[in-house]
Amino acid sequence: MKKFMLDLIVKKNEILNDQYFLLVLSSDMPLPEILPGQFVEVRVDNTPDTFLRRPISINFVDYQLNELWLLIQKVGNGTRKLSTLTVGDTLNVIIPLGNSFTLPDSKDSNIMLIGGGVGIAPLLYWGSYLHERGYKCNFLLGGRSENNLLQLCEFTKYGNVYTTTEDGSHGEKGFVTMHSVLRGSNFNDIYSCGPTPMMKAVASYAAENGVFCEVSLENTMACGFGACLCCVTDTTDGHLCVCTDGPVFNITKLKW
Amino acid sequence: MVNLNVNLGRLQLKNPVMTASGTFGYGTEYSDFIDLSRIGGIIVKGTTLRERQGNPYPRMAETPSGMLNAVGLQNKGVDYFIEHIYPTVKDFDTNIFVNVSGSTIEDYIITAEKLNYLEKIPGIELNISCPNVKEGGMAFGTSCLSAAQVVKEVRRVYKNELMVKLSPNVTDISEIALAVEAEGADSISLINTLLGMAIDAERRKPVLSTITGGLSGPAVKPVALRMVWQVARAVKIPVVGMGGIMNATDAIEFMLAGASAVQIGTANFIDPTVSISVLEGIEAYLKAHHLSSVYDIIGQLEV
Ligand SMILES: Cc1cc2nc3c(=O)[nH]c(=O)nc-3n(C[C@H](O)[C@H](O)[C@H](O)COP(=O)(O)OP(=O)(O)OC[C@H]3O[C@@H](n4cnc5c(N)ncnc54)[C@H](O)[C@@H]3O)c2cc1C
Ligand SMILES: Cc1cc2nc3c(=O)[nH]c(=O)nc-3n(C[C@H](O)[C@H](O)[C@H](O)COP(=O)(O)O)c2cc1C
Ligand code: FES
Repeated sequence: MKKFMLDLIVKKNEILNDQYFLLVLSSDMPLPEILPGQFVEVRVDNTPDTFLRRPISINFVDYQLNELWLLIQKVGNGTRKLSTLTVGDTLNVIIPLGNSFTLPDSKDSNIMLIGGGVGIAPLLYWGSYLHERGYKCNFLLGGRSENNLLQLCEFTKYGNVYTTTEDGSHGEKGFVTMHSVLRGSNFNDIYSCGPTPMMKAVASYAAENGVFCEVSLENTMACGFGACLCCVTDTTDGHLCVCTDGPVFNITKLKW
Repeated sequence: MVNLNVNLGRLQLKNPVMTASGTFGYGTEYSDFIDLSRIGGIIVKGTTLRERQGNPYPRMAETPSGMLNAVGLQNKGVDYFIEHIYPTVKDFDTNIFVNVSGSTIEDYIITAEKLNYLEKIPGIELNISCPNVKEGGMAFGTSCLSAAQVVKEVRRVYKNELMVKLSPNVTDISEIALAVEAEGADSISLINTLLGMAIDAERRKPVLSTITGGLSGPAVKPVALRMVWQVARAVKIPVVGMGGIMNATDAIEFMLAGASAVQIGTANFIDPTVSISVLEGIEAYLKAHHLSSVYDIIGQLEV
């Protein structure tokens, strides 16, 4: 897919809570085709303390409104600076980057999307994309506490939503992989994004049950488009770039 | 019209802007963003005799105004390059250089010899300065004797433009430059990355899997500029400067210090079109100063 460097315009910066915010971006020109699972590299300000771009998943695309959403957690200088953007500001992005999730074999497939923390970001677009094409989705979303469960109203538009929190403040108490829905149903396709320990637990659940499973990885990146080889992960095919061969990988390929 | 042609010894470049090895893939990674035929040259990824998996993840740490990398020359080997990559890059209307690295002198010789026969590869950049491999690499570039020896042996088998890339991790870089010039290098490029380190205090662990790595970006620019100036004064062959170039002004500074051409590395990650803006900026500078050729700025530092 052809990549573009674009100046997007901030249409909204919605503070979700003290840790998370949602950037709604738009463009003068029609947005290019973007697949679920892909990401952008945003240029923060290229100052000494935020020198490189920051990779951020595409949270949602609305082609009608020509809008792109980024759901961001404040963790360091870069994401903190992004949280101060205001309506009308421009944000330079390289888009679209990476591969995408694989469509299930059949429309009757029992699909589960499992996300943790800000890792739910790409799952919203993937869920909406599947829903639009007549697939039926379930979402299992986890977080440390209620504050870390994001966009629940959005997710309910596209399927059943199950939640877990570590402190029991929302949904079942514990980790996502402990949720009763995973005991009850036979899923055919699982897609997951979140903290690595969570994805590993999901991957072993999927492997034990012989379920097709893709996960989306988050490695540190210098370029985001295959030029630097900094972002590799170890796979059955050797070192592969998370930014071009991923971020989505089938669990059978990963050596983690 | 300003004349942007520069001479690199056996080779003419249409302009002095090149892209640095390990930061520009094989060029194709950038073809969505720029017209590759506009740049003076592309130095492709570090290539070794045999395939290398490179170092384990994590390989990158962002640092103030720069980054550390520990890629460790991941590449599929020279034969793979010749068979699979060369056909996809050979028709680019620019000069493609292969950056050659090795663990032994023998490796360098065999790799260079194989590249000698590629019609559309006008030169190689001999990397005797990689800080990210355990054996060889930088070891060759940090003593005059071994630097001279590897250049001498490669010169024997390699007939095209031989650019030798120096390591900044030395006490006296002009000595090394003189040694490689004496053995027949056509041009000298510098600097490769500076050996550095990053620590995650919370976890009390090094950030990189290899503990130390190579620093690049604007953080190294003053060091690079000083070294280019020292080397350009010491040798007669053309010098290619790099290290932290982010814009045309940076590039012009390197040229004033004595560089006939420049390479752009880390800046490509932040702005994949930067090589074109540097090129256009150099042209605009020459026009604004009523100069007709890049040679009116090369080495024209007034001291
Ligand atoms: C493919 C991909 C998709 C991502 N999607 C999202 C998303 O949708 N929402 C979101 O909030 N975050 C996402 N992240 C993580 C996000 O990139 C980091 O949180 C961000 O780069 C941190 O920057 P900082 O300056 O705030 O933090 P600092 O910790 O100060 O950053 C220091 C350096 O480390 C890098 N870094 C730190 N944490 C990460 C990380 N988790 N992954 C990669 N690089 C990191 C930074 O890019 C920077 O170079 C994604 C990461 C990847 C690789
Ligand atoms: C990710 C990365 C990989 C690199 N790989 C190579 C390499 O394979 N061979 C080489 O000679 N130099 C390599 N370098 C060094 C650059 O070519 C250049 O010398 C250095 O980065 C300084 O320039 P800059 O500050 O403009 O990046 C690499 C640099 C980076 C950042
Ligand atoms: S981030 Fe540069 S190759 Fe993946």
